[in-house]
Amino acid sequence: MPADRSAAALRDPAWMRGLLIATALAFLALFLLLPLVAVFAEALRRGVAAYWAALVEEDAVAAIKLTLIVAVFSVPANLVFGVAASWCVAKFDFRGKNLLITLIDLPFSVSPVISGLIYVLLFGLNGLMGPFLKAQGIQIIFAVPGLVLATIFVTFPFVARELIPLMQEQGSEEEEAALVLGASGWQTFWRVTLPNIKWGLLYGVLLCNARAMGEFGAVSVVSGHIRGYTNTMPLHVEILYNEYNFVAAFAVASVLAMLALVTLVAKTVLEWRFGAELAATRHK
Amino acid sequence: MVAASSSDTAFPRAGGAVTSILKKPSVIPGFGLTLGFTLTYLGLIVLLPLAALVVKAGGLGWFGFWNAVFTPRVWAAFQVSFGLSLVGAAINAVFGFVVAWVLVRYSFPGKRLVDALVDLPFALPTAVAGIALSALYAPNGWVGKPLNELFGFKVAFTPIGIAIALTFVGLPFVVRTVQPILQDLPPEEEEAAVSLGATRGQTFWRVVFPAVLPALVTGFALSFARGVGEYGSVIFIAGNMPGLTEILPLLIVIKLEQYDYAGAAAVGTAMLLVSFVMLLILNILQHWMRSRHAR
Repeated sequence: MPADRSAAALRDPAWMRGLLIATALAFLALFLLLPLVAVFAEALRRGVAAYWAALVEEDAVAAIKLTLIVAVFSVPANLVFGVAASWCVAKFDFRGKNLLITLIDLPFSVSPVISGLIYVLLFGLNGLMGPFLKAQGIQIIFAVPGLVLATIFVTFPFVARELIPLMQEQGSEEEEAALVLGASGWQTFWRVTLPNIKWGLLYGVLLCNARAMGEFGAVSVVSGHIRGYTNTMPLHVEILYNEYNFVAAFAVASVLAMLALVTLVAKTVLEWRFGAELAATRHK
Repeated sequence: MVAASSSDTAFPRAGGAVTSILKKPSVIPGFGLTLGFTLTYLGLIVLLPLAALVVKAGGLGWFGFWNAVFTPRVWAAFQVSFGLSLVGAAINAVFGFVVAWVLVRYSFPGKRLVDALVDLPFALPTAVAGIALSALYAPNGWVGKPLNELFGFKVAFTPIGIAIALTFVGLPFVVRTVQPILQDLPPEEEEAAVSLGATRGQTFWRVVFPAVLPALVTGFALSFARGVGEYGSVIFIAGNMPGLTEILPLLIVIKLEQYDYAGAAAVGTAMLLVSFVMLLILNILQHWMRSRHAR
């Protein structure tokens, strides 16, 4: 009897369960599912031919290429940084460690527009280093290096914040054993540490890449919107949309939406299959 | 490999005395290499450019800074950005909590799919979300048209549209901070409350809710902070009328396009300062709640 009572009291009545599930699903359908469906519906509004034409058009292809180029530079840069940062944070105890972790997370709390602005203030024509760069004939703002820098800034913490809790949780005993047995530092890293963190690393790279390819605000500020030259895919979407070329805008947007869906699926599969090997404290 | 082998052998003898003051001894190599790289990269990519922002804004002097920030247009944008971010975060706190509750406590078909979908705003580029929401809520859109025709209610190009976009981008923050806390809540506490004669409602408000509240505040704060800085998903649906639906990040972009670098830096610095102070207040509030709950 008491067991019954407690079980019944811990479980919500059926009407309440139904009401809450319906509320949650309606909210998610309205706010998440509907916008996603709208992207594909609008893209295919004038048929597959118009959709395809928008994707193979010259400026669209240039935008796709540029997006890939930016990701190819910025993702590996943050990958190397993330591994180095998590190694020194997780394997050693030193003063100022918490401050370092806070600073690594800092770019997440800065508006994307400000992330772009700071590079314009530094490298732009009227910026602090502008005259020097002009004298050297180097252009960073309104050119690819600026896009890469702004993208590195906004995706800065992704890999590090995934690896730090994971490596802290795993400890250093396996590495210490390898070193005692005579392995060098690099051998220990490649043969012991890397296999232990590979799924967490992949997870971080996945999220980093999705943001790198989809970043809008920061890239918009440093790009100068030069068609076919400094337009990434999200910027191309904006230009097409502002020209009332909705089908083309949504066609390019649908490619980015597919990238987001692939990222979500891969992320879910990783969490599902290797949940125990990923950081348990992912969402603090 | 060359660098590694040299640092492996030379590092403990050459750098040992210096680093031992800073760090505890360890047999694991690579402290100097990884910390040096981390600090250099952090300094060049994050700290130096952020310093440029403060230097540029500081170059205006107090008077110039005041004049750049306290104009009616900037003040209105402050109210729009911070006010509507609070609205979005509040909507997320309520519905995000319901979503987290449903995902943790109940089972229903397609639950895993719904769980994965919650992260969509993290993965979907903001510009894509922006044009999709704008198309949906425009006067001839799927949602905007019925709202307009039945109730004469306009969403796109009004502050309500901005609040909807900010709700979209902030949603996962609340769900993903509350969810693990709900998951880890020991059932014994609720059972104890029930065995002592509490009703379901009392158990929820006196046992479950206080335990989850700090996480809910964290989620609220993250959602709010994201909303204040958000640009891509807002500008398409906002209408961008100065003084009415113009957000702060857009104002910074406009100032940059007019080559008013110092003005843009001043507004950016002010925005960072206000967000920082608000997050500090929320952190203190959260700390206070946690210690109260622990008692």
